[in-house]
Amino acid sequence: MKARLANTIVGGFVALSTNLAHGAFGVTLQPAQTEIARQMYDLHNLILLVCAVIFVIVFGVMFYSILKHRRSVGHKAQHFHENTTVEILWTIIPLFILVGMAYPATKTILAMKDTSSPDMTIKVTGYQWKWGYDYLQDDIKFYSNLTTPQAQIQNNEPKGEHYLLEVDNPMVVPTGKRVRVLLTANDVIHAWWVPALGVKQDAVPGFIRDSWFKVDKEGTYRGQCAELCGKDHAFMPIVVEAVSPEKYAQWVAEQKQKSAATKVDPNKKFALDELKALGEKVYASNCVACHQANGQGLPGVFAAVDGSKIATGDVKAHIDIVLNGKPGTAMAPFKQLSDVDIAAVVTYERNSWSNKTGDAVQPADIKAARK
Amino acid sequence: MSAIGANAYLLRKLLVVALVMFGFGFALVPLYKKICEVTGINNIARADTVENSQVDTSRWLTIELDANTRDHLPWTFAPLQKTVRVHPGQLVHVEYEISNPTGSAVTGQAVPSYGPQLAGSYFRKLECFCFTQQQLAAGETRRMPVVFVIETGLPDDVKTITLSYTFFPVEGRG
Amino acid sequence: MEAVQGHDDHSHDHGHGYQGGLMRWITTTNHKDIGTLYLWFAFIMFLSGGVLALTIRAELFQPGLQIVEPEFFNQLTTLHGLIMVFGAIMPAFVGFANWQIPMMIGAPDMAFARMNNWSFWLLPPAGLLLFGSFLVPGGAAAGGWTLYAPLSVQLGMGMDLTIFAIHIMGASSIMGSINIITTILNMRAPGMTLMKMPMFVWGWLVTAYLLIAVMPVLAGAVTMLLTDRHFGTNFFNAAGGGDPVMFQHIFWFFGHPEVYIMILPAFGIVSQIIPAFSRKPLFGYASMVYAMSSIAILSFVVWAHHMFTVGMPAAGQLFFMYATMLIAIPTGVKVFNWLATMWRGSMSFETPMLFAVGFIFVFTMGGFTGLILAITPVDIQLQDTYYVVAHFHYVLVAGSLFGIFGGIYYWLPKWTGHMYDEKLGQIHFWLSIIFFNLAFFVMHFLGLAGMPRRVPDYATQFAEFNMIATVGAFGFGLSQLLFLYVVLKCIRGGAKAPARPWEGSDTLEWTLPSPAPYHSFETPPVVK
Repeated sequence: MKARLANTIVGGFVALSTNLAHGAFGVTLQPAQTEIARQMYDLHNLILLVCAVIFVIVFGVMFYSILKHRRSVGHKAQHFHENTTVEILWTIIPLFILVGMAYPATKTILAMKDTSSPDMTIKVTGYQWKWGYDYLQDDIKFYSNLTTPQAQIQNNEPKGEHYLLEVDNPMVVPTGKRVRVLLTANDVIHAWWVPALGVKQDAVPGFIRDSWFKVDKEGTYRGQCAELCGKDHAFMPIVVEAVSPEKYAQWVAEQKQKSAATKVDPNKKFALDELKALGEKVYASNCVACHQANGQGLPGVFAAVDGSKIATGDVKAHIDIVLNGKPGTAMAPFKQLSDVDIAAVVTYERNSWSNKTGDAVQPADIKAARK
Repeated sequence: MSAIGANAYLLRKLLVVALVMFGFGFALVPLYKKICEVTGINNIARADTVENSQVDTSRWLTIELDANTRDHLPWTFAPLQKTVRVHPGQLVHVEYEISNPTGSAVTGQAVPSYGPQLAGSYFRKLECFCFTQQQLAAGETRRMPVVFVIETGLPDDVKTITLSYTFFPVEGRG
Repeated sequence: MEAVQGHDDHSHDHGHGYQGGLMRWITTTNHKDIGTLYLWFAFIMFLSGGVLALTIRAELFQPGLQIVEPEFFNQLTTLHGLIMVFGAIMPAFVGFANWQIPMMIGAPDMAFARMNNWSFWLLPPAGLLLFGSFLVPGGAAAGGWTLYAPLSVQLGMGMDLTIFAIHIMGASSIMGSINIITTILNMRAPGMTLMKMPMFVWGWLVTAYLLIAVMPVLAGAVTMLLTDRHFGTNFFNAAGGGDPVMFQHIFWFFGHPEVYIMILPAFGIVSQIIPAFSRKPLFGYASMVYAMSSIAILSFVVWAHHMFTVGMPAAGQLFFMYATMLIAIPTGVKVFNWLATMWRGSMSFETPMLFAVGFIFVFTMGGFTGLILAITPVDIQLQDTYYVVAHFHYVLVAGSLFGIFGGIYYWLPKWTGHMYDEKLGQIHFWLSIIFFNLAFFVMHFLGLAGMPRRVPDYATQFAEFNMIATVGAFGFGLSQLLFLYVVLKCIRGGAKAPARPWEGSDTLEWTLPSPAPYHSFETPPVVK
């Protein structure tokens, strides 16, 4: 423990000095990729500049006074304590400066609220702790989970380039199109924030909120949940991939094909190993946050799967709790997953760690359980 | 008056005040009901009425329909059409479908929400399933109509409105 | 404190005989004893909250999870906020009020002496509830000090303890405020009209009214949380027709005036110190009073600027942006008045003055970032990022806390009868201001670059500035041990303090001997 801490500290300072030398860190807002984000960026620079000028003038006066009007240089105190003209002036002048700041800000607020017709609408749902995307017109629906491995978070592996800002299924949008984002949440308040797009909007359970953006350039833009939403608040990033409208059309077609593909062959029989391998992936993206990679859960907060009655007992009860959740606990229903995924993850849970039931749960079983 | 007498007198006065405050707490229940009735606040459980519905045919609005279920409610819930094009003032009829794939009866209730929020005050629903609890028997599927009018006073810049429903389970009702 | 105890021999003849030892402190109704209790309580809470803060900073020293788990991290941030706000800053100012207000207005004691005792002794149980909540199953509240529903409805038993702690502390604050208002309005020396009161007393008068107005609102908000959690109500639950956003409205209707509750007494302290060490009367007394009052009134109509991202109509965003920007005007007036007080004075820079000037300098930076955050479109990018963390630490640490430090150094000679160690005091100031800026200035960059607040782990591009912030935070925290040493040393001895150790000070407390007698003014002084 001590050695690890010492390593951390030494390693930290080495990293600090090299990075300071390369200037590899941002000191202002991220480069804007939409018109609104650009306006925000410019507005911030403008107001920062005004504040800096006032700061220099006011504290110039103060430090002049501190240097010249001190007893140690023999300055004698004057005894004035009122001057109506001056007092009115320093009330009025700031008022005018504020009006000057409010004018461009008002224009941007009105531009943000522009509700003219969007080209497409995407519903974004915040979950503890992942995002769900729902392309309302195209019937595409998927979840977006953090893909940074636990080993990197626990410092057992070097951290990747997009540490904590990488997901399995990014939100894909076409450039040059007005994308309307509808936000809601499943459990608590989350906030969907992509700095480069200039969008930050709270997602409130039971209500929808809307926002919009129009990306100019192709690229991958990253953001994070910005409203404290519980344990893994820091681990539910947002990745938006902006592609040309042609590539976007291609992506939509692929997604539709994919969802059609998962629908075929519900009666296929899978082997135990095949299910386990797939199940491990499903477990890693859906279950690991609470039940942990070792299946032990967090004592007192999240139940263990390893050695649990459910994961070693009746298969039907196990499938039921995965499909429908357990009301009154943190266990959410996972009926949104495909039959294959659920069959795989149940198989994985029943045949991992100390659980050795040998059950190979088939998609057909899940299909039957859904009825 | 002696100090003890004065203290007892003050104590009596304070007791009366405490009793009145306690009673006032209970008196608030009928009072709130009356206030809501008079001012029309909190009438979500009552259908709106529309008078003199002039249709503004010069304007087109896109209404997006959205559906959600929450809190482990095991239903499927979706609008039959995803968008409708309407004029302000026009009487619009849409349908949602819920089905209960589980083996037991479940009760739920829906809460409406609008995007942009401001559009909510121009949305007049003449018929809506959100006014009542819905009980679905095992395996039952039900179609539910929504009849609404968008008031012509809707600000000109609003061209797309989302009507979103979220179904919550009603606790304690199988 | 010792000095007051040393005074015991003289005060027996007053017939208010008190027990010695522990019972003295439990049963005391003396404003100075209670002030002392408040100040020590605040200091203990300040150190405990500081330990939580340093644990947070240690975890954030590097990306990755090293020291604490995310769930516990959230408990740390939540309790750090609650303890610093309700346990450290607010009681410290009430301690000042107890010590100083009777002396500054020429009164013998506070108006309601027994209630004064009760309002202090409510605080330790509240503090115990907060710390005890770490030990219950599920741990302490982990929803942030703002306790937003529905996350706070979801949490475990620690949340209930927090709610009760807030109830108790709210009751204590309300009683304290009633006492302060009554004392100020009824017990001033003959001839001291409202417009002749020292600025510190004005600051507290306005603050006390704010407290009475908003503490019941907070109590209501957390009670609604409690009934939502346990009694099936649906205030903040959409399923039952409630609205989670309503909690935020109610909370910030309390929360924004709360910000001024924590800064107006500091304004008052600084307005005493600056003229004393400039050897020149306060510039624009009347406009200072009006500025303070308008800040207090405006604070009631700006709450939703904390919620620009919840989705409100453009008209709402515009109103709250304009109202928030307006606060810059009275705040600016106060800063200009302080500068004009210093201008062409004959300044000397003992520790209280250093902290007062430091206060103006750093608090103004917090004011500027506040103005930047008031601009709605910019706030959209910065809300819930480290920029906000930087902003409110500039206002609350560099503002409130430096005001408290300045006030303690300023009045310590009067309280203890000894001069503090000037050299160490100045070292404490320089360490504090340097490490403070090291810790918090870089947080502006983090927020601008996109680091959200309340996260136990962050992307690698934020690593450098987080490391600097952690180093600064540890330096700042350790510097406060020096402060403890200076204060203890001053209580135990040191050069004997004259009745008026600061030649420029002219308020009534300096007409009393040092240390101040147990009962301040037995016969009221007459103010010309």
